[in-house]
Amino acid sequence: MLYSDKVMDHFMNPRNVGEISDASGVGLVGNAKCGDIMKMFLKISDNGVVEDAKFKTFGCGAAVATSSMATEMVKGKSVGDVMSITNKTVMEALDGLPAVKVHCSCLAEEALHAALWDYSKKSNVAIDGLKEPVSDIGEHDLTMV
Amino acid sequence: MPIYFDHAATTATRPEVLEKMLPLLGDGYGNPSSVYALARTAKKALEQARDQVAAAINATPQEIFFTGSGTESDNWAVIATAEQLSARGKHIITSNVEHHAVLHTCKYLEKRGYEVTYIPINSDGLISAADVEKAIRPDTILISIMAANNEIGTLQPIDEIGAIAKSHKIAFHTDAVQAVGHVPIDVKAQNIDMLSLSGHKFYGPKGVGALFVRKGIAIKSFIHGGAQERGRRAGTENVAGIVGMAEALALAVSEMLEEAARQSAIRDRIIDEVLATVPKSRLNGSRDKRLPNNVNISFDYIEGESLLLLLDMKGIYASSGSACTSGSLDPSHVLLAIGLPHEKAHGSLRITLGRDNADSDVDTLMKELPSIVQRLRDMSPLTGQ
Repeated sequence: MLYSDKVMDHFMNPRNVGEISDASGVGLVGNAKCGDIMKMFLKISDNGVVEDAKFKTFGCGAAVATSSMATEMVKGKSVGDVMSITNKTVMEALDGLPAVKVHCSCLAEEALHAALWDYSKKSNVAIDGLKEPVSDIGEHDLTMV
Repeated sequence: MPIYFDHAATTATRPEVLEKMLPLLGDGYGNPSSVYALARTAKKALEQARDQVAAAINATPQEIFFTGSGTESDNWAVIATAEQLSARGKHIITSNVEHHAVLHTCKYLEKRGYEVTYIPINSDGLISAADVEKAIRPDTILISIMAANNEIGTLQPIDEIGAIAKSHKIAFHTDAVQAVGHVPIDVKAQNIDMLSLSGHKFYGPKGVGALFVRKGIAIKSFIHGGAQERGRRAGTENVAGIVGMAEALALAVSEMLEEAARQSAIRDRIIDEVLATVPKSRLNGSRDKRLPNNVNISFDYIEGESLLLLLDMKGIYASSGSACTSGSLDPSHVLLAIGLPHEKAHGSLRITLGRDNADSDVDTLMKELPSIVQRLRDMSPLTGQ
């Protein structure tokens, strides 16, 4: 398994590990069957800016690195801008992932969307283009792989 | 120096083995099938190697066929027997924890009209010989059960299965790739009809294996196009590799009792100390009926590849049954077969010992492992659930 230096850096020194007790939105995605579970916590200000992001992940090096990178990328962004973060942009920021690990980057995008969905419901804020997350524990959509 | 704890994956070729091999790659390069002196030297080395391999498992030299790998030996034994005996029946008995060299070969045969019974193992990773006997049908033509499991190191009751196969007059093949050179094998006493072995699992070179086929068992040629290996396995022999494998095996057998006792003591120390130090850890596979060099432990809430990467950073090389290390999405079929839920199967660590490991390696492991497991648990959303 050949990981880029950036992936190894984010795996060895993951940013934003932890939980946010008063999170505005929490997303839990993944499936123990395939070995990756990601929990994403977002703290979003009244004017819709991500003030803090934290994660907890059960998974491989790529899963940890994509979680770390995704939380770094969302901080300071407006909710609308977070929507433009995709598995592709996370992957690019990490200088790529081995082919068998691409599904880990999908998980990071799904975790972000799941956290936004939770926030949107709790705060009654509509977010353009956000759909109810299809992926949750036990039904991770492997067709994204 | 990094600590190598992955001897079930492969081993380093011993210097004394390499020394025997080098002349055959240099001045002694002759093709054993030719007639002149250079070729005769190669032929002689080849036949001496056959004697050595035969002696190591109590076979006769005529019963040893050299192949390119343990996987080839498994494919050959299973497919050729199935084809040879298809008029008599098309039913094969194996287990659900075989190496993929046997399992995928059985799947291949299923698509071609054969029926396969996969005997399940119990939670200790052991096959019941009685279950094998119960699965026998009038059309059963082959029983293929591994001697030792490559992931959890469990030793299967091949003596009993060999006796059962003999009494029912059914051919018995065993994939002994992890066993040969590590635990005693006697094809006569154990009633083994066919046995696969691989050179690089006991400090020989890669790319060479052997299949033992008991005299009187007709086995079709698998690779066609030459008279090598008495017409059964065509292709110019890998003389240096074969000689290296045979030398390595002879050395391994001569040191077996001593090495097995030494490695078992290290193995037991690792098992005891890890289970005592790391909460929510469990040993996979029977504690007693296992290879002297195998430790396989699952840690709740963490994933294997992450564990391996962090151990690697500390200079410790090991292996895992997690999906992420297999290149597939499913964790080890062996760990699922002993009843582990998926998340625990993903969180397994396999340590396989070898000649180069010492007690000081355990000290290093115990210094690093508990904090690495804790670090990953602190990061896991499953912890405490």
